[in-house]
Amino acid sequence: MADLSIDFCGVKSPNPFWLASAPPTNSGDQVKRAFDAGWGGAVWKTLGNPIVNVSSRFGAVDYGNTKMMGLNNIELITDRPLEVNLREMADVKKHYPKNTLIASLMVDTKDEWHEIVKKVQGVGSDLIELNFGCPHGMCERGMGSAVGAEPEVLKTIVGWVMEVAEVPVIVKLTPNIGDITEPAIAALESGASAVSLINTIKSIVGVDLDLMVPRPVVGNASSNGGYCGPAVKPIALHLLGQVAHVFPKPISGIGGISNWRDAAEFMALGSTSVQVCTAVMHYGYRIVEDMIEGLNDFLDDKGIASSRGLVGKAVPQYQNWGNLDLNYHVVADIDPDKCIGCQLCFVACMDGSHQCIHIPGMDDAAKKKAGHVVFPTDIPDRPVTAEGGTPGARIPWVHEEECVGCNLCQLVCPVEGTVTMREKRKAPEKETWNDRINAGTDVVPGGLDATAKARGAK
Amino acid sequence: MSDYSLPDGRLEEQLGDKAPLYSRAEAVAEANRCIYCVDAPCIAKCPTSIDIPTFIHKIATDNVRGAARTIFEENLLGASCARVCPVEVLCAGDCVYNQWGREPIAIGRLQRYATTNALAQDAALLSKTKAPSTGKKIALVGSGPASIAAAGHLALDGHRAVIFEKKAIPGGLNTLGIAPYKLKAQDALDEIDMVLGLGDIELRTGVGVVAADPGEGEVSAAQLLEEYDAVFIGIGLGPDNYLGIDGEDGAGVYGAVEMIERIKVDPGFDISSMKSVAVLGGGNTAIDIARELAQLGVPDVFMVYRKTAAVMSGYRHEMDGGLKDGVRLVENRQPIAIVRDLGGEVVGVDVEDTSGGGAGGETLACDAVAFAIGQSRLTVLAKAFPGVELDDKGRVVVDDETAKTGNTKVFAGGDCVNGGKEVVNAAEHGKRAAREITRMLNAG
Repeated sequence: MADLSIDFCGVKSPNPFWLASAPPTNSGDQVKRAFDAGWGGAVWKTLGNPIVNVSSRFGAVDYGNTKMMGLNNIELITDRPLEVNLREMADVKKHYPKNTLIASLMVDTKDEWHEIVKKVQGVGSDLIELNFGCPHGMCERGMGSAVGAEPEVLKTIVGWVMEVAEVPVIVKLTPNIGDITEPAIAALESGASAVSLINTIKSIVGVDLDLMVPRPVVGNASSNGGYCGPAVKPIALHLLGQVAHVFPKPISGIGGISNWRDAAEFMALGSTSVQVCTAVMHYGYRIVEDMIEGLNDFLDDKGIASSRGLVGKAVPQYQNWGNLDLNYHVVADIDPDKCIGCQLCFVACMDGSHQCIHIPGMDDAAKKKAGHVVFPTDIPDRPVTAEGGTPGARIPWVHEEECVGCNLCQLVCPVEGTVTMREKRKAPEKETWNDRINAGTDVVPGGLDATAKARGAK
Repeated sequence: MSDYSLPDGRLEEQLGDKAPLYSRAEAVAEANRCIYCVDAPCIAKCPTSIDIPTFIHKIATDNVRGAARTIFEENLLGASCARVCPVEVLCAGDCVYNQWGREPIAIGRLQRYATTNALAQDAALLSKTKAPSTGKKIALVGSGPASIAAAGHLALDGHRAVIFEKKAIPGGLNTLGIAPYKLKAQDALDEIDMVLGLGDIELRTGVGVVAADPGEGEVSAAQLLEEYDAVFIGIGLGPDNYLGIDGEDGAGVYGAVEMIERIKVDPGFDISSMKSVAVLGGGNTAIDIARELAQLGVPDVFMVYRKTAAVMSGYRHEMDGGLKDGVRLVENRQPIAIVRDLGGEVVGVDVEDTSGGGAGGETLACDAVAFAIGQSRLTVLAKAFPGVELDDKGRVVVDDETAKTGNTKVFAGGDCVNGGKEVVNAAEHGKRAAREITRMLNAG
């Protein structure tokens, strides 16, 4: 059994799975039920001066048969009185001393920041998270992502907080910015102990075409909200990877994490803890059982003794494009025993890639009409034999010399394991574009004369 | 491989697999169809209360071992139940998709995927959770699914379990009585091996438990009560019942349970001379043997039932499957004699019309007959344990929650308690008994 516990800025947590500051952490009763279910920590719904919310508040993107692939919300911070939240936080910490309690904060002035930091420390918060990420409503008031998008303002406020902070401070970053490393470095320079990312992405989730009002509908209008859920995971992973290269302190990863595998990916890209919201809003606190169990088994399989050993394992391998090996090359193999003859790989290659997949039996005229520009001979004609295959269909054939190794055929193939990518290096030695720049060989024939002249002159 | 390997050349080996093991892609696609209900009707319909949506969710996240743990936590025989359970009338029968006119989730096949692959990945998946040894020991009489499940749970709780099986091949009806297109005998034996590996379990085959006066290779009920901290009775049912009609003694007449057992484990069983078989009865055992014979190539197989299909105890989906296999159903006929020719060969069954339509008697031609009208009760053995009571149908009376009999040391479960139900019912009885025994023994 792997040790799932973590140390986040000196704070011990029984596991890396925390609830993000959001509706699932709105009240003490909810957080207690979450801890009972197995969550290691909870970032309380952001505290500040209570607000007024609108109705409705959530919109979702369904994709195919998948409900709530993405979720968007226009809910603001807590609408409950501060003293009620503080009382419940103290009660939670008293009854769940081993679980991690994180206070999420968002106020405006220096005096407000001082007051609220002291108050949440007074009820036993293990950590403080500064909500500089909320991209709807509060940012119009100069808070939330309005702070996260301005590194200098961010630094000033973190400075105010650090004046009175007695527990580690996490700065929650917004993705609604050109370069995420700027606020991350600003947080580091201003003395923050950690960052968390990503907060939600500014979004309009859809438009009600009868009402001509974006969703979620609030009477006869709507507003842009914050997008989250499985759909944002790739964006979050990218921003996490960028921050992990410049931020040497703990990171709490957020963005579409729904299961143990998502969590492991975030940890591999540098997250010490992970925060979850949408998946819990969809399925409830119970999903943490799968996350704990799945991560445990995964770590055991890999011989990694603790979840800490996973943190950052993939960070060095996240590189600039210019450092990638141009001589690494793969080609597609189609397993004739598994192919069902649907020809999705063929059409994807013809229209979406490099026209290297051939259907046997075509004459040159037909091939030309289909879009081929190279006409190999001796294409093996193999009938589909797999169970469930199309009667009479032929197995597509990959013209290996033309295959660029893009993966598209493998991605569209509906039968797992039918298309595999086989390594076929162009040369044994590694060569990157940056190597070519350094060697002065970064000119590819067929380009502009001006470019060739400029680079050649270097 | 099991310690109990079966010889080749058995008839069941000729039959295919009704619902083959899913590939990963198939399983994940099916798992993702599940809407992960919270108050899930499938759970309520599972006799062992497996948290079905949770294990399916875990398959969807590729947490296959976690899925199996969720299954085994409630049902140690989850691997065979995945294949044997009549999901059409249990979990899947109540899947919300039925109401929407959609195909219900293939719960049995997903359960098979999870249990098979998890054990392949980690044979010690469950034994890791074994409690420290308690020094207590429990005797289990019979090695059917109730006893095997109970022994597994008891072993995980740290007790020593000793199973007494009078036959040479263990497993009871789960090994010897399941339709081969659902589960082969060897698969059932392999599952027993898995359970035996969970802890301190000893399986003594060829050792009969008798009411009194044990001979060579036998032990008595009194000896078990003397030597063990608790006893679990999982003796199942006795031999096939017959009607006591003319001509039923002699060659060509079989008990259905006996015949299924021979199809599964007896390489010497030959049915090539059977051209037309009458199966007497309308329960699931009748349908099973009829379907097996039809699938094995007997040209004509017909069931003779005294009432109509609408009221028969065999499942509708099984009867529909039988009809597709080519089985004929003769309704409203009561057998009154087996007809033999001068040489003693079976040539037919005399039947009477029970519809009240006054059609009178007739002879249905056949060359073999299988009686599938229930099994007898092993009442003498059960009653040999002081305090154990039987109801008027010869079933052992137990407390439903604890499986406890009238004797505080004696528990019972499976067919000997419910008169003959599914493997999953037996597994649940074994679990309940084990939990109560552990509670009782740990309380001192």
